[in-house]
Amino acid sequence: MDRVSQPDSAMLRGTLDMMILRTLVSGDAHGHTIAKIIERTSEDVLEVEQGSLYPALHRLEDRGWVSSYWGASANNRKAKFYRLTAAGRKQLGRETSRWRQMTRAIGLVMGE
Amino acid sequence: MSWRRFFRRWREDAEVQREIDSYLEEETAENMARGMSFNEAQRQARVKLGNRQLVRERLWQQNMVVLIDGLWRDLRYALRTLWRAPGFAVLAMLVMALGIGANVALFTIVRAVLLNPLPFTEPSRLVKLYEYSSDRFPYNDVAGGVFTAWQKENHSFADLALLDSGLAFSLSEGGGQLPEKVNFGVCTWNLFPLLGIEPALGRSFTASDDQPGANATVMLTWGLWKRRFGGDRSVVGQTIELDAKPYTVIGVLPAWFTYPIQSVQLWTPIYHLIPQGEMSAIDDHDWEAIGRLKPGVSEVKATADLSVIVRRLHDQHLDDPFISTAANSMPLLEDLVGEFKIPLYLLLAATTCLLLIACLNTAALMVSREAMRRKELAIRAALGGGGWRLLREHMTESLVLSAISGAAGLLVAYVAIQWFVRARQDMSRVEAIHLDGTAIAFTVGLTLLCTICAGFASILSFRGGQIARSLAAYSRSQSDGRGRARLRKWLVTFEVGVTVVLLVGTGLLLKSYAQLRSSNLGCVTQNVLTMQLSLPDEKYSQPLQREQFFAHLLEDVRALPGLKAAGLVRTVPGQGRGGDAGFAIAEHPPLPPGKAQNAVVRWADPEYFHALGIPLLRGAPFEASKRLAEANEVVITHSFAQKYFGAEDPIGKHLITMGLHRFEIVGVVGDTRYKVSRPPEPMMYFSIYSGNFGSSALVVRSAGDVTQMALPIQKIVQQLDPRLAVMDILTMDQVVGRSIRDTSFDAGLLLIFAVVSLLLAAVGLFGVLSFIAAQRMQEIGIRMALGAERGRVLGQVMLDGLKPAFIGLVVGLMGSVAGVRLLRSMLYATRPLDPTVFLLVSVVLLAVAGAACTIPAWHASRLDPMQALRTE
Repeated sequence: MDRVSQPDSAMLRGTLDMMILRTLVSGDAHGHTIAKIIERTSEDVLEVEQGSLYPALHRLEDRGWVSSYWGASANNRKAKFYRLTAAGRKQLGRETSRWRQMTRAIGLVMGE
Repeated sequence: MSWRRFFRRWREDAEVQREIDSYLEEETAENMARGMSFNEAQRQARVKLGNRQLVRERLWQQNMVVLIDGLWRDLRYALRTLWRAPGFAVLAMLVMALGIGANVALFTIVRAVLLNPLPFTEPSRLVKLYEYSSDRFPYNDVAGGVFTAWQKENHSFADLALLDSGLAFSLSEGGGQLPEKVNFGVCTWNLFPLLGIEPALGRSFTASDDQPGANATVMLTWGLWKRRFGGDRSVVGQTIELDAKPYTVIGVLPAWFTYPIQSVQLWTPIYHLIPQGEMSAIDDHDWEAIGRLKPGVSEVKATADLSVIVRRLHDQHLDDPFISTAANSMPLLEDLVGEFKIPLYLLLAATTCLLLIACLNTAALMVSREAMRRKELAIRAALGGGGWRLLREHMTESLVLSAISGAAGLLVAYVAIQWFVRARQDMSRVEAIHLDGTAIAFTVGLTLLCTICAGFASILSFRGGQIARSLAAYSRSQSDGRGRARLRKWLVTFEVGVTVVLLVGTGLLLKSYAQLRSSNLGCVTQNVLTMQLSLPDEKYSQPLQREQFFAHLLEDVRALPGLKAAGLVRTVPGQGRGGDAGFAIAEHPPLPPGKAQNAVVRWADPEYFHALGIPLLRGAPFEASKRLAEANEVVITHSFAQKYFGAEDPIGKHLITMGLHRFEIVGVVGDTRYKVSRPPEPMMYFSIYSGNFGSSALVVRSAGDVTQMALPIQKIVQQLDPRLAVMDILTMDQVVGRSIRDTSFDAGLLLIFAVVSLLLAAVGLFGVLSFIAAQRMQEIGIRMALGAERGRVLGQVMLDGLKPAFIGLVVGLMGSVAGVRLLRSMLYATRPLDPTVFLLVSVVLLAVAGAACTIPAWHASRLDPMQALRTE
């Protein structure tokens, strides 16, 4: 009964992680900003669900790809900031190249 | 998931809350910047965030070791459930703890005594060797000359050793210690190397120590070294006095070496101590022999090898009827503990039954409790409670019960083993019994088994998915629970069956014990006191000295007031067979060569027969005045006279025995048994006044409490010789008790197990019937409202409960018929299918079952119909 079936398969979850890491390349950010950046840069196509964002951030932190600290936001409010670690940067590189391969492959199949 | 986060879930959760708060604030601020009012901005922000709890929950779950968390919750739930019905919990745990404890204890004992290999090098190659003398003595001791021949001529053994452990030295005083009698062993020098024993201190015997002319040497056991010499390492090389002769201590044996029995305290080489003549005789069966098989040689082949040698000796001396015809053997471990095998396995079987019953009882109790909770379960199922979840709860509950019982059981086992070791000092290897890692692992295993057994019933009675049915079953229009009641009935039936098997086994052993108790020893056992005296050789080396001591002793003892009679005998009835001797009857034609007659030998004084109330059938006892070399009379027993003289009058005839001496038969007395469970054998009594022996038992009979005689007699002995100690002061009843100790021990333990299981079966029956009666309350109410008689209701409910008892009884009786064959060798004068025992067990069981059923049935018949119908 408590099994929640959602479409976020491993692939989608992986892409969310990748996008979060990509967002952090340009600098440390807190949850709200990360969500905003993803939404804006995808021209509001991708809407980041908060229910996925925070678990994803914690997951990344567990793996040592991001680190976190409490700081003051642009509006001078206390917020938890996330920073890309060296391991995270490497992971981002790996995921990006895999993503490129994947999209190219799919593109080929789709005859584009 | 990470362990760190798992244990810090609460802190993490608080942090996530703050993070969400800060998100909301950011979003609100942004919305306000877009020109919304504060309230509207906040609302929009919340809408955007969605369900805040969902975020928290997801993170919480992500950070959790799901299984452990579930287990913890189930555990708490199980404890709460058990707490709600403490009576049930305590009863179930108590019973199971007893079952587990008894099993662990018995398992430990069986393992230490029967299963563990002997602590010697390659114990599987060690065999105990015997001579095969006749069908009556298939395992006879080995003669020194035969052993020598074996040693020289065999091709199958890496080594052979000779030993004897039933001897006693008096260890002289020294180092502030009093003189004392110590049991010792004699052995060929190679015994310890053969077994693979390295001395803890000093050296082992060498071939040069083991010769008639060698210096006297001795090895101490660890126990004696610690106790008598305070563990002083310098004792090696020192001289101690044994029977007033100097012996050099050459070594100390390791602490764990207790072969063949714990009471042996020191060892000395055999050829040095025992006269050469005795060691070379081939018809004097005196010694124990041990062999180490050559690698790859089987025991059967090796024994055949030795048999050839014995046969050759036999054929070379056809005139000597006391030479054996073959060799015999037994694995060393079997020889040591073989006699305990069946009793111990029997007890193990009994405790297994007990545990089985305990599990069944717990299962039955759980099933009934489940029935009471079925509304709760049905509602939970209807609300979407997963089947697995409910099942897991039951298994956890069962696990909690079993785990606590297991822990308590381990304690029970510890206490039981302590008690057993103290109670059974007579058992070989008993000192090696203790709880160890294996026993604890066994406890854990049993606990898990109990968990599954007890939980299994829950699985059976569990009907996942049938929500509608279980809800409907609860409505008052139906009386369901029949399935559960049936399951419980089966459990109780099984329980009764196992109980019956236990009861039958116990009954047979008890009857056997009663038979032994009442078997006629051939003498008076009431108000008779026996005690052992042993005159040290150094002071009483001449027959005259011994004869005088005994004569003085009897004279003084007989002067004691209140004493009816006093006598001397070397071996009291019931104390063992003792030696025997061959004889010829002078008046009969000589026996053909190679044929022999022999009879058990006793040395007694003339008044002994009167003292023990042994009837004099013909003639008279020895002439008291015929002493020392003049003591040439013999008294024979009834069975002796019948076997060798038949209708002839034996009085005045002569026996040629004891080294070709001529003894005149002067009397015939009644038979006595040397062992309670054995029929009497022909015996011949010689006069102890011959002075041949320095040790004897004093037997006194009084009119009243004979134990009061012990002290005055000890005083008399002290006056005659202040250094002499009196040993083994026992009443005749105690002697008999000792000789049937095994049976009383086994029967006693079995009785406890049987009574406990009978009680459990009764509790089970009571429970099942109460349950059924409660289930049928409305039905009974309706019947009674319609005019059913109370008596009829009572009978019906009783029948409901007695049926499983009856089926269980039949099943149990059938199981017993199959099982009691295993008991046969432990029974005395009792047939395995003894009808009285079977009948008695049936009656007892039905009576107890009836009593257990009466209370619920009576309650049911007292029911007020109106109230019953109103009750939900």
